Amino acid sequence: MCLAVPGRVLDVEERDGTRMATVDFGGVVKEVCLEYLPDLQVGEYTIVHVGFALQRLDEESARRTLDLFENLGLLEEEFGDPWEAAASEPVVAAGSEPAAAAPATATATATATAAETLTREVGR
Amino acid sequence: MKYIEEFQNPDLAKRLLDEIHATVTRPWALMEVCGGQTHSIIRHGIDQLLPEQIELIHGPGCPVCVTPLEMIDKALEIASRPGVLFCSFGDMLRVPGSGRDLFQVRAAGGDVRVVYSPLDALKLARQNPDRQVVFFGIGFETTAPPNAMAVHQAARLGVPNFSMLVSHVRVPPAIEAIMCSPDCRVDAFLAAGHVCSVMGTGEYPELAERFRVPIVVTGFEPLDILEGVRRSVRQLEAGRHTVENAYPRAVRPEGNPAARAMLADVFEVTDRAWRGIGTIPGSGWRLSERYRAFDAEHRFSVEDVTTLEPAACRAGEVLQGLLKPHECEAFGTVCTPRTPLGATMVSSEGACAAYYLYRRLGGTPVPAAGKEANPVG
Repeated sequence: MCLAVPGRVLDVEERDGTRMATVDFGGVVKEVCLEYLPDLQVGEYTIVHVGFALQRLDEESARRTLDLFENLGLLEEEFGDPWEAAASEPVVAAGSEPAAAAPATATATATATAAETLTREVGR
Repeated sequence: MKYIEEFQNPDLAKRLLDEIHATVTRPWALMEVCGGQTHSIIRHGIDQLLPEQIELIHGPGCPVCVTPLEMIDKALEIASRPGVLFCSFGDMLRVPGSGRDLFQVRAAGGDVRVVYSPLDALKLARQNPDRQVVFFGIGFETTAPPNAMAVHQAARLGVPNFSMLVSHVRVPPAIEAIMCSPDCRVDAFLAAGHVCSVMGTGEYPELAERFRVPIVVTGFEPLDILEGVRRSVRQLEAGRHTVENAYPRAVRPEGNPAARAMLADVFEVTDRAWRGIGTIPGSGWRLSERYRAFDAEHRFSVEDVTTLEPAACRAGEVLQGLLKPHECEAFGTVCTPRTPLGATMVSSEGACAAYYLYRRLGGTPVPAAGKEANPVG
């Protein structure tokens, strides 16, 4: 949730006395509040955090960051289904002994497997 | 220089690294404050590209990780109450409280919802006037203004069934606490870029001067981090200690004035406990008197929740930069993302999760997930 994602403003409208926009994050479209950047216009890029536009960004920086986030799987983490991720994990109470801990073998295969697992586990 | 080909601009990365290597004459410890920066550093092997004299210490920059156990237990208690619709960001679902997590509360029949924005929680409150809708308000200065807006809107629109469990934290007092610690070995800070997008850089010159420590506002892309390191090292080697902005495309000196004004209206500074670290004076926000009616802690009387911290978890030392994740005995054995002892292992921004994900187990490093290394240089 600390992640702030660049996006492009598609349209702007007033809702319930609040300035709102729809913003495109590399294909995912979300509703975004513009109260902290009230003069943002359609077509401009902005850094969005938990549904709020916080700063303007130039197009080149925005596109570069979006590409990076997509490659790192961070967009899926930011906009994916957290319940699906949490449901794939076993339920373990804090402080209890796990039944089987993952072995810490540093092989390329283990790396990929662990990474895939963790991406599901921590993604939201 | 392994893995440098993964950088977006390998030539620029190489130039920055060459300059850093040429500048360093002594050992320096740099603390990156933001958990996003930690993941970028470990993912791209930036720490291994730097000269041996430069150590990157991971700071307390993951909001989920520093949320105290008491507050998570209060969240679990409120979420379990009948008639409550509890809203949280997805990161919190698997963070263990004393004995369970939000996912388990939901499995046991609690109505726990994940929202993308605090305004979504407010919308749920308006759609469900017969329910008490509670939003878990955690996070640093980047997240606090959106959460402040949700409370402001609840007051403006008259939504009496909305409240917020507030556990917001502030970066500058954490930097102060780290510098005041007798164990502190931080020589410079890479300040969190998106925190500064909101707050600007005005809080840092006093800290830089008082502790004679360079503070460089840094983004989280690999090149941003190298630039932050380059500027920090240049200052340290020259005996300077000023505030520099290495992330100007997203950070203006004044930050975001509208967001700061809303923060000042809705919240007031308070002492705040940090998980594993303890209480840091003035390091948090709570709802100001004007908005106290929206405080879930008072509405649900959960002031006296008792907690049980797992003794084996050394997340507090990791959060203060005193211990690297792989140096913890529980790391990768008792404590894994599937079986986390503490939030630093389960949060997507936690340092332990970064080390686990990218297999930094204390031995030979392995390139980032799913990619083959093609060493160059």
